[in-house]
Amino acid sequence: MNCQHVGTLKVLSKLNQDKSDAVIALAGNPNTGKSTVFNGLTGLKQHTGNWPGKTVVLAKGNYRYRNKIITLVDLPGTYSLLANSADEQVARDFICFGNPEATIVVVDATCLERNLNLVLQVIEITPRAILCVNLIDEAKRKGIVIDFPKLEALLGIPVVPTAARDKVGLAALKESLHQVVFEHKQLQPLSIRYQERIEVAVATIQREIEPFLRGKINSRWVALRLLDGDTTLITEILNYISGTGPDSWEQGSNELKAVKCYE
Amino acid sequence: MSNEENCFQGIVAQAQTAGAEVGPVRDQLVLDLYRQTQEIARQVVKRQGKKEDFDHKIDDFVTSKYFGYPLMLTLLSLILWLTVSGANYPSQLLSNLLFGFGSHLTALCQWLKAPDWLHGILVLGLYRCMAWVISVMLPPMAIFFPLFTFLEELGYLPRVAFNLDRGFKRAGAHGKQVLTMCMGFGCNAAGVTACRIIESPRERLIATLTNNFVPCNGRFPTLIAMAAIFLSALVGTANNLLTTGLVVGVVVFGILVTLLISRLLSQTLLKGVPSTFTLELPPYRWPKMGTLLIRSVLDRTLFVLVRAVVVAAPAGMIIWILANVYIGEVSIIGHLGGFLQGFGYLLGLDGYIILAFLLGLPANEIVIPILIMSYLSEGVMVEPSSIEDLHRLLVANGWTWLTALNMMLFSLLHFPCATTLLTIRKETQSLKWTVLAALIPTGVAILVCFLVAQLARACGLV
Amino acid sequence: MGYAEITLTALPIGQQARVVNVGMQGLTRNRLLDLGLVPSSLVKAVRKSPGGDPVAYKVRGAIIALRSEESRLITVWPLD
Repeated sequence: MNCQHVGTLKVLSKLNQDKSDAVIALAGNPNTGKSTVFNGLTGLKQHTGNWPGKTVVLAKGNYRYRNKIITLVDLPGTYSLLANSADEQVARDFICFGNPEATIVVVDATCLERNLNLVLQVIEITPRAILCVNLIDEAKRKGIVIDFPKLEALLGIPVVPTAARDKVGLAALKESLHQVVFEHKQLQPLSIRYQERIEVAVATIQREIEPFLRGKINSRWVALRLLDGDTTLITEILNYISGTGPDSWEQGSNELKAVKCYE
Repeated sequence: MSNEENCFQGIVAQAQTAGAEVGPVRDQLVLDLYRQTQEIARQVVKRQGKKEDFDHKIDDFVTSKYFGYPLMLTLLSLILWLTVSGANYPSQLLSNLLFGFGSHLTALCQWLKAPDWLHGILVLGLYRCMAWVISVMLPPMAIFFPLFTFLEELGYLPRVAFNLDRGFKRAGAHGKQVLTMCMGFGCNAAGVTACRIIESPRERLIATLTNNFVPCNGRFPTLIAMAAIFLSALVGTANNLLTTGLVVGVVVFGILVTLLISRLLSQTLLKGVPSTFTLELPPYRWPKMGTLLIRSVLDRTLFVLVRAVVVAAPAGMIIWILANVYIGEVSIIGHLGGFLQGFGYLLGLDGYIILAFLLGLPANEIVIPILIMSYLSEGVMVEPSSIEDLHRLLVANGWTWLTALNMMLFSLLHFPCATTLLTIRKETQSLKWTVLAALIPTGVAILVCFLVAQLARACGLV
Repeated sequence: MGYAEITLTALPIGQQARVVNVGMQGLTRNRLLDLGLVPSSLVKAVRKSPGGDPVAYKVRGAIIALRSEESRLITVWPLD
C-alpha cells in the first residue's frame, strides 16, 4: 500500500519536470469508461478494462489544445476517496497533494446517483473540478434522460455530456477544461453540509488546523478527515506542508517505469 | 520532532476525541453524502417509458443454474479451439519465413568467414531460439488476446467470477481470482500482475501462488502436441476436436488443482478468514472492435512477445553451448540428461524431458525444441515438420502414452517461467514467496506425475 | 406492512427492501458504505449465482454481488 502511495507523489514530481502547461487528474468510479475518455483525449496506447480496480497503475498522457500542452493523469477507478484501499488512497493523494490544475470526474450516465458520491467528495477537496457524464449513448438506450443544465446549476461546476467511445463530447470537454484552467473561469461548487453535530465539531478543528495548512490544502476537508479519524492522511499532510517528500526516490522511478510498460 | 509538528499532533488527538463524541462519524458522513446525491439525482434524472432491461435477460441466461457452467466451458473450449486451429497455418508460415532468413544469416557468416562457434552461438543458438519463440507464440497470442479482451470488455468476466465464487469461497480464496486466472491463460506474468485487483493481501497471495496452474499461451503448443501424441498412441487417431477436448480436460484439471492448493494454502501458510467479497456486475457493453484489436495486439500480444523474446535470446545461446561442448564423447546436455534419467523415470518421464523443462525456465515455448535437439543429439534446435514426425521421433526414444500424459501434467503443474517468477518477486516484494511460488507447483507436478506413473505401471497398463 | 426486519440473506429474489442496519465494523463496513449500502438505502435481490451463493443485489442502480457472510450481517425491512 505504502509503496504505491509514495509512487503517486513521485509520478507527480516527475510530471512537474515535463514541459506541460497543466496537469489534470482524471478520477471516476470503475466501469464508467474513464480509460476510454483518457484514451480519447490523449490518443495514448493504453488498455481499457472492464472490471473494478483495473487501472491500478497510474497512467499519464498528453494532448495539445489551443497551443497548451495538457498532461492527463488517469487515476485508479474508485467508488470513494475515503482511503479504504490503496487505490482510493492514491486517487485522493493525487487530487489533494498533487496540485492538479483541475480534476475531471468521469461518471456513468446510467448510474448517476451512485457516481455522484465521488463527485461530491472531489469537490469537497478542490473547487477546480469538471464533471464528465459519460456513456450518454447507453443512457439514451435505457430511456434515461438527464437535465444537464440543472445538474450544472446544482453542482456549481461545468458538466459535459460525452460518449467517449464515439468521441462525442470530447471537444467540449477540452474546451471546458481550457476555460477552467487558462481563462480562470470562476467556479462555485456546491458546499456539502453535514448534520449539526458534525458541523460544530468540524468548525472547531478547522479553526485550529488552519494556520498549519498555510492555505495549501482545504482546511474544512482536512478537519472532516481528522474528525473521521483518518490517520493515513496525517504524515502526508506533515510532509506536504513542510515540503519534504517521502524518502524513497528509487521507488518512485520504478513506479514510473511500471507506468511506461502499460503505455 | 519540531514544535509545530507537536502542535499538529495535538490537534489530531483532539479531533479524534471530538470524533468519538460525535458518534460513528463515517456513517454520518456517508449517509449525508448519499442523501445529497439522492436529492440531486431526483431532480436531474428522469426515466422515460419502461425500456426492456436487456442486461437482466442476458444475465438470466449467463448465470443460470443450468446454462451458466456449460456456457463457460463452451466458451473456454471455443476460444482454445479457435486459438489452436487458427494459429496452425500462420505459425508454419512465420516459421518458414524466419528459419529461411536464418539460412541467409548462415550464408552471411560464411561469407564473413566467421568462426564456427560464433556462428553457432549467434545464429543456431540465439537467432533460432528467438525465431522459434516468435513463430510458436505470436499467432496463438494474436488470436487469444483479442478474444479474451472481447469477453473482458463485454463485461462477461465478472459473471464468470460470480458463477464460480462459491468454489473459491470454499477454498478460502476470492472470487476475483477467476479473473486473474483468465488473464493467466494469456500469460502467467500478466495474470500475476492482475492479482492486484484482489485487495486483501492474503487472498492476493493465494491467487499469485496458484496462477501458474492455468496454462499460458507458451504452454499450449506443448499441451496440444502432447495431447495429439497421447491420443494417437492410445486410440490411434487424433483429430482437432478430440485434441481440444483433451486439452480442455487438462485445463479443468488445472483449475481443480488451483482450488485444492488454494484451500491447502488458506488452511496452512495463509491462514485467515476470507475477507469481504463485493463484486460489481457492470452493464454489458458491446466493444468497439477496431480499438479492441489495436489494444489487445499492441498492449498485450506484443508486450508479452517482446518480453519472451528478450529472455529466449540468451537462453538460446546457453543451450547451444551446452549442446555443443563435449566432455568425452558426450555433450553437456547428454551428461545432464543421463544424470536425470533415474529421476525422470520415476515420474513416468525421462532425463531429457526433465532437463528440457529446466532449460526451458526462461520461456515454456522452448521446452519442445530443446527436447528434440537432445533426442536427435544434434547441436541445434530443429522443428518437427509435422506431428507425425514428432510422434515417430518420440516413440523411437521410448515414449508411450504415459510419457505424453505425464509430460502434459508436468507442463501444466511445474514451476512458473522466469518472467513470471520475476513478476512475482516484484509484486510480492518477497524472496520467500517467490521461492514458494516455484517450489509449490514443482512439488505438485512431481507428486502427480509420480502417482500417475506408479499407478499405470502397477496396473500393468504400460 | 406486515413484515418484520430480516437479514439481507433472507430477502427473496425479486423483492425490494430498505436497509436498516449494516452490522459489521471496520474496512468491511466502509466498503459497503462506499457502494451505497447505507441505512435507508433501497436494495433489491436480483439473482442467485448457480451455486446459490453469492447473490447479486441492485443498490443505487448498480448490481453488486455479496456472499452470505456479508449479507447475513445486514438487516433490511422488506417492502411490497
